[in-house]
Amino acid sequence: MSKTHILPISRPSIGVGGKTGYWRVKKPEVNHSKCIRCSMCWLYCPDSVIDVIEGSDKYVVINYNYCKGCGICSEVCPTKAIVMVDE
Amino acid sequence: MVVKVLTGNYAVAEAVRLSNVDLITAYPITPQTTIVERLSEYVDLGVIKSRFIRVESEFSALAVAYGAALCNARVFTATSSHGLLYMHEMLWWVAGSRIPIVMAVVTRSIGPPWNIWDEHSDFMDHRDCGWLMAFAEDNQEVLDTTIQLFRITEDERVYLPGMLGLDGFLLSHTSEPVDVPEEHIVKSFLKPRSQPYSMCGVELLTLGNLPKAEDHMMMKYDIQVSMENAKKVIKEVDLEYSKLTGRGYGGLIECYRCSDSKYLVVGMGGWVGTMKDVCDDLRDLGYKVGVLKVRFFRPFPEEDIIEVLRGVKGVLVFDRSVSYGSLGHIHTEILARSYRLGSRPVIKGIIAGLAGVDVGVREFMNSIVGFVNEVEERGYVGNYSEWLLPG
Repeated sequence: MSKTHILPISRPSIGVGGKTGYWRVKKPEVNHSKCIRCSMCWLYCPDSVIDVIEGSDKYVVINYNYCKGCGICSEVCPTKAIVMVDE
Repeated sequence: MVVKVLTGNYAVAEAVRLSNVDLITAYPITPQTTIVERLSEYVDLGVIKSRFIRVESEFSALAVAYGAALCNARVFTATSSHGLLYMHEMLWWVAGSRIPIVMAVVTRSIGPPWNIWDEHSDFMDHRDCGWLMAFAEDNQEVLDTTIQLFRITEDERVYLPGMLGLDGFLLSHTSEPVDVPEEHIVKSFLKPRSQPYSMCGVELLTLGNLPKAEDHMMMKYDIQVSMENAKKVIKEVDLEYSKLTGRGYGGLIECYRCSDSKYLVVGMGGWVGTMKDVCDDLRDLGYKVGVLKVRFFRPFPEEDIIEVLRGVKGVLVFDRSVSYGSLGHIHTEILARSYRLGSRPVIKGIIAGLAGVDVGVREFMNSIVGFVNEVEERGYVGNYSEWLLPG
């Protein structure tokens, strides 16, 4: 990459934009007993902050450092296992 | 070296054939059509190994060229008039991304009313996008400058796209003998494709993210610095090209009988040839007139022009385009840049030849003689900007 110019490109990496979880006003909370392990939340999360862990009691893991609290996971959850609560 | 009889458009196509282009993409529009028609024939016949991508619009043409160029391809496209206007946003994307691309702009009026004839408004409409802007006087210069532009745009001191203007029909569809350099000469002249970064999916990069305002402004400043650097690169490249082919154009401007002239006529494009003929006639009649040809409009050759203007009594600028409510584009530049001169010449601008209206020897002769006589008699002119209207 050219070092002689100031270029409009960047290298994406985790946390390069800071801890964007601080933007959140509502937080998604998972009720694991209602979770049917469909992975819809993982699929729809626009920030890729949801991990699913096969064989675990806590199948859905949300990284709150970067979750902005948009609520899409809660919307798409078919059993309402994810609910948005105030911070 | 082979001499071929070529139209301006075929001269562009020959230059692209010689320049080892990876990808050609364009949407046809009069008077540009025969450039891509010829290139698509070359691709079809296997004369060149380039890929040809057909698109549904000019916006897509430059978007496709941009995408390919981002991944290290040397690309070429061409357009005219409304096609160029349709590309407008993409021109900013390409320049802002610092991606070298070469485009031919076969100049044509902008409607309404519908008109396919020559003027420079389409070209000038894109003067602020960050593209290098060259303009050719004849078909030989069309071929040579197209080749030179690949080299200039891919120079690491520049890394900006470049467009070559040529007058619709006056050059694009008029045949002239053109020296076509040997393939190996062009190959040695053009180095392998070079660009500031490449996005081929190998390295993880994002383009065009939202930066801090401070970073964004520094990127804009970097374009300005590179434009300034391009002045040196253009001269170097022209000199090197002249050593290989015997043809140089003086870099950013060409001066014709300027050295001892009291009056200068300034122009850009095909009609500069006519100006030179008129200049010869006027010299025979005792008028000390020279012609200053603007070869590069961006970067604008301030320093070179200042040098030529020093000591001159009067300057008559012909523009084939106008910024409505203001002046001709070259006239504006000459006025602004000459402010640096301690003692300035009388500078007058003439808007002529819009919509393809013919401007020939008689029109130039009358305008120049009228200007020179007025300055000689009064030391100033009554009208600093006027339109040479038809009829």
